[in-house]
Amino acid sequence: MWDWEYAFSIMPQLLKALQITIVATFLGFLLACVLGLLLAFARRSTFKPISLITGGIVEFIRSTPLLAQLYFIFYVLPQCGIMLSPLAAGVIGLGLHYSTYLSEVYRAGIDAVPRGQWEAATALNFSLSRIWLSIILPQAIPPVIPVMGNYLIGMFKDTPLLSAITLVEVLQAAKIIGSRSFQYIEPITMVGAMFLVLSYISSVGIRRLEARLNRW
Amino acid sequence: MSPPLDLLPALLPGVVVTLQLTVFSSILALIIAFVVGFGRLSKYGPVRVVSSAYVEFFRGTSLLVQLFWAYFVLPHFGLELAAMHAGVLVLGLNYGAYGSEVVRSSILAVPKSQTEAGIALNMTPTQIMHRIILPQAFLTMLPPFGNLLIELLKGTALVSLITLGDLMFMGAQLRVTTLRTTEVFSLVLIIYFIIAYPLILGVRTLESKFSKGRA
Repeated sequence: MWDWEYAFSIMPQLLKALQITIVATFLGFLLACVLGLLLAFARRSTFKPISLITGGIVEFIRSTPLLAQLYFIFYVLPQCGIMLSPLAAGVIGLGLHYSTYLSEVYRAGIDAVPRGQWEAATALNFSLSRIWLSIILPQAIPPVIPVMGNYLIGMFKDTPLLSAITLVEVLQAAKIIGSRSFQYIEPITMVGAMFLVLSYISSVGIRRLEARLNRW
Repeated sequence: MSPPLDLLPALLPGVVVTLQLTVFSSILALIIAFVVGFGRLSKYGPVRVVSSAYVEFFRGTSLLVQLFWAYFVLPHFGLELAAMHAGVLVLGLNYGAYGSEVVRSSILAVPKSQTEAGIALNMTPTQIMHRIILPQAFLTMLPPFGNLLIELLKGTALVSLITLGDLMFMGAQLRVTTLRTTEVFSLVLIIYFIIAYPLILGVRTLESKFSKGRA
């Protein structure tokens, strides 16, 4: 039933498509990290309308499916004159979706910085940007890095969704290979195995990182 | 621009399918969460190994890959699943794996002294579990279970890719037939939000309710 020769012959194609998956994951995560921080700032804004609107946006994005958002970005934006490649649309979709999760992570990290740190920095007459950059963020972010890592794995496992907006990442490649020979067992199983191996390795890495960060 | 309410009737059958999927697969996920969660705490080594492997497997591979596997590969092994069955099965198995971690960690979070007190009162292990550990662990479990339920609801959108006619699928089809892309996809997003939001509010109420008696 399982054809090893076939499995070996399609391996290079799948590995190549896996690169796209990984590229999309990293670009998406980078975007999510930046946007997430901005959202976290906007939510803390003392100007009520900004924090309320940001809160509403975060809530909405978090509670609707990523797939629906991907379709929206890929099909609706061109109607407004913004043409996007599948990869760009996918990265934006992933980044936007996960930025809402990461903003909560940042928020938890920022809230965990003791009040005294704020007061000390204010007492020293530091400017607001200096308080954030050299006092608060260096203490807020390292403890939440493992949690961010978990979202990175989550995002990695969500990139197959980009196949729905015609990006030929690893799952889409497996489907194409499968439809050519009507042998779906090998390609799809191999994709599953690749995900299992990669996300297992990263979760072990995160566990190590967590243990290391906890030591201090 | 008036709201595209004329599109609603075409989407409603999809909403029904989405809700059905959510209900059935969350029931399955709940059952699996408890079975596997207890399995991981079992004193028998093999049971622990098997349930850990199950959790690692379903959490480690992508939900969409699992759906594709169930729908495209299982028929080659002579197991033909209807799209609905494949969807319920995979969603249940996948979120059950996440749920089992909730069950496990909540049980472990009950202080050890509670078990010791039970032993001191000469209760059987079953009694200790039923009367002392579970009632306390239950409260800790509820909010994370609520969050998982919301995740599951969002996860159901993926079944549209294995041709099951849920809300997302109906939306994609309606886009093709009416070409009113913006309206259709906005409506789909809003409907998902309307379904999810009461759940979110519920989870938040639970959370604040249970954190009150503690701390």
